[in-house]
Amino acid sequence: MTLTTALTIEKNTHLRSKAAQIRCSIVEMVHRAQSGHVGGSLGAADLLVALYYHVMRHDPGNPRWPQRDRFILSKGHCTPVLYAILADCGYFPVEDLQGFRRPGSHLQGHPYQPKTPGVEASTGTLGLGISTGAGMALAAKLKNEKHRYYVLCGDGELQEGQVWEAAMFANKYKLDNLTVIVDRNYQQTDGNSEDVMPLDPLGAKWRSFGWTVQEVDGHDMGAIVEELDRANRATGAPAVIIARTVKGKGVSFMENDAKWHGTPPDGDECRKALEELARGI
Amino acid sequence: MATNAGKRWRSWLVEYRETRQGYVDALIELAAADDRIVVLDCDVAKATKTYEFERAFPRRFFNCGVQEGNMMSVAAGMSLEGFIPFATTFGVFATCRAGDQVRNSIAYPKANVKIGATHCGVTTGGDGASHQANEDIAIMRSFPNMTVLAPGDYQEAKEATIAASRMNGPVYLRFGRDKYPVCPELRDGFAVGRAKEIRAGNDLTIVTTGILVTEALAAAASLGERGLGARVLHMATVKPLDEDALLRAAKETRGFVTVEEHSIIGGLGEAVAGFLSATLPRPVRRVGMRDVFGQSGRAAELLDLYGMRARNIVDEALALGIGETH
Repeated sequence: MTLTTALTIEKNTHLRSKAAQIRCSIVEMVHRAQSGHVGGSLGAADLLVALYYHVMRHDPGNPRWPQRDRFILSKGHCTPVLYAILADCGYFPVEDLQGFRRPGSHLQGHPYQPKTPGVEASTGTLGLGISTGAGMALAAKLKNEKHRYYVLCGDGELQEGQVWEAAMFANKYKLDNLTVIVDRNYQQTDGNSEDVMPLDPLGAKWRSFGWTVQEVDGHDMGAIVEELDRANRATGAPAVIIARTVKGKGVSFMENDAKWHGTPPDGDECRKALEELARGI
Repeated sequence: MATNAGKRWRSWLVEYRETRQGYVDALIELAAADDRIVVLDCDVAKATKTYEFERAFPRRFFNCGVQEGNMMSVAAGMSLEGFIPFATTFGVFATCRAGDQVRNSIAYPKANVKIGATHCGVTTGGDGASHQANEDIAIMRSFPNMTVLAPGDYQEAKEATIAASRMNGPVYLRFGRDKYPVCPELRDGFAVGRAKEIRAGNDLTIVTTGILVTEALAAAASLGERGLGARVLHMATVKPLDEDALLRAAKETRGFVTVEEHSIIGGLGEAVAGFLSATLPRPVRRVGMRDVFGQSGRAAELLDLYGMRARNIVDEALALGIGETH
C-alpha cells in the first residue's frame, strides 16, 4: 500500500508552481494544435500534479516498472494535461508535445496506450476507464501485487451506463486498490450537468453502489493529497473522491465557461492566458 | 448426411456436438497449463457452458453479471496486466451491445483479449431474431487488428480456441448454440489464416465458414452427380482471409458460391467477392441470410426457411451458369 506523507509548506508551494507550469503547457499545446480540450485539462491539472509529483510511485525511466502505481485518464479528451505532465516527468521528449493531434505523432487526441510511454490504457469514448482500471486492479489482486490504480473521470461521463456497471463490478470484487476521482465541475459540452442530465446527489449514488465516498476541493493541493492518502488507506471497498473543480481553472476568462470545453484559444487568447498563468509559477 | 434431408438436421450416421462445448473444453485444457488464462462471462455461463470452466477453475472465472460493455473493458484491463482473458457471451451482445468497448478497449489498442461468442446464427433457434447474431462477422471484420474465426465443428472449435490463446492480439471466436455435425474432413490440422481444401474440384469453388461446412460438402457431392466438380474451401478464419487459396481457386475454377450462417452483407461472401474483384474477377453467388431478421423456430426449420441448405447451395452453383467441362 502506498502511504504518502502530508505536504510540507515548501512541497505545497512547489506543487502549485508545477501546476501553473503544466497549465501553460496545456494552453500552448491546444493553441498550437488549434484543436483539443483546454477547459477540462486546466480544471484537472491540480489533481494530476498531486498524483504524478507526490502521491504515485512511478519511474519515467522505466515506464513498465511492475510495481508502479497506474493512472488512467477515463475522460480521455483531457490528454493535454496528461501529456504535459508525462513530458515534464520525462516519459518522452517535451518537443513531442508539438505533434499533439498531428499526423505521425504518438500524441493522439485521446490516450493510446500502445504508442505513448506512460499512458496506461486507451480511452476516448466515455465510460471505458473505470472498467479498464477495475480489470487491471482485479488482475493485481490475483497476482497479489500491492500497487494502486487511479482513474480520473469527468462528471458528464458519469451519465454513461458503463460507469455504473463498473461501479457494481469493483464493489463485487472489493477492489480497494482502486481510486476513482470524479472531476466535478458541473460543466459538460452542452452546458450545466444538472440541466443536461442531473447527477446529484452524486455522493449518495456512489455510496449506494458500495463505494467509500470522499469529497475534496480539487484545487487545494494539501487537501487533495490528504484525501488521496485516506483513500489509499481504506480497505474492503473501492474509493471515489468527488473533486469539486472549476473548468478552465487558472485562466480567468476561461473559468466556468462551457465555451472552453472544446474551443482552442487563438493567438491573443493564448498570450493573455499565459501571462496570467505565468504569475503562478 | 443432411443432403436433401428436408427438415431433418440430425442423422443417426453422423455425430453431432456443440461448438461452444469445444470452446470450453479447450479453455479447461489451456488453463491447466497456463496461469494467464482467465474466463469472464455475463450471466449466461450455463448457456455458453463456461460454468464448466468455473467448476474447474473457480478463482479464474469472473461473472460480470448482465453487463457486456463493462466485461469487454475489464477484460482489456486484465490483458494489460498480463492475463489472457476469454470474454464470453452471446454473439449479439458481444458485437452489438458491447461494440464500442470491443472497438475502443480491445481492437484499437490490440488488447490480448479473446472474445468467445456463442449463439451465433439462426440455429440459435427459439429465442428468435433478437438473439440470433447474423451480423457479428460483418462488425468484427470491419475492426482493424481483429482476427475473426468461425470454426465448423466441435473439434475445430477446440483447435481454434487453442490457436487463439497462442496469438497475441484480439480474436473473435464464433460459435453456435445447437449441436452440429462433426465433420471428419476438417481433421487436417488447424492454422489461423489458412483455408482447408476439403474437397477437390475444378469447375467451381464453394467457400464456406462455420457450421454450414457439411451442407457445403453435401452440395458439392450433389453437384458431382451432375458432372460439376465443386472444390470446397473451408475458411474457419474469415479474417485474415486466405488470399492464396482464393487466388488459386480463382485460377483453377470458374465461379464461386460462398456459404455462411450469417448475413450475406459484410460477411464471408463480401470478403471473398471483394478480394476477387480486385485480383481475378469471378462470379460470386452468396448463400446466407438475405438482409432479413430471423425468427423463432428449430435450427433445422430455420436453415430450411432461410435457404442455407445443400440444395440452396446447389441452386446458386447452377445459377453461376458453368457448364460441364469434361
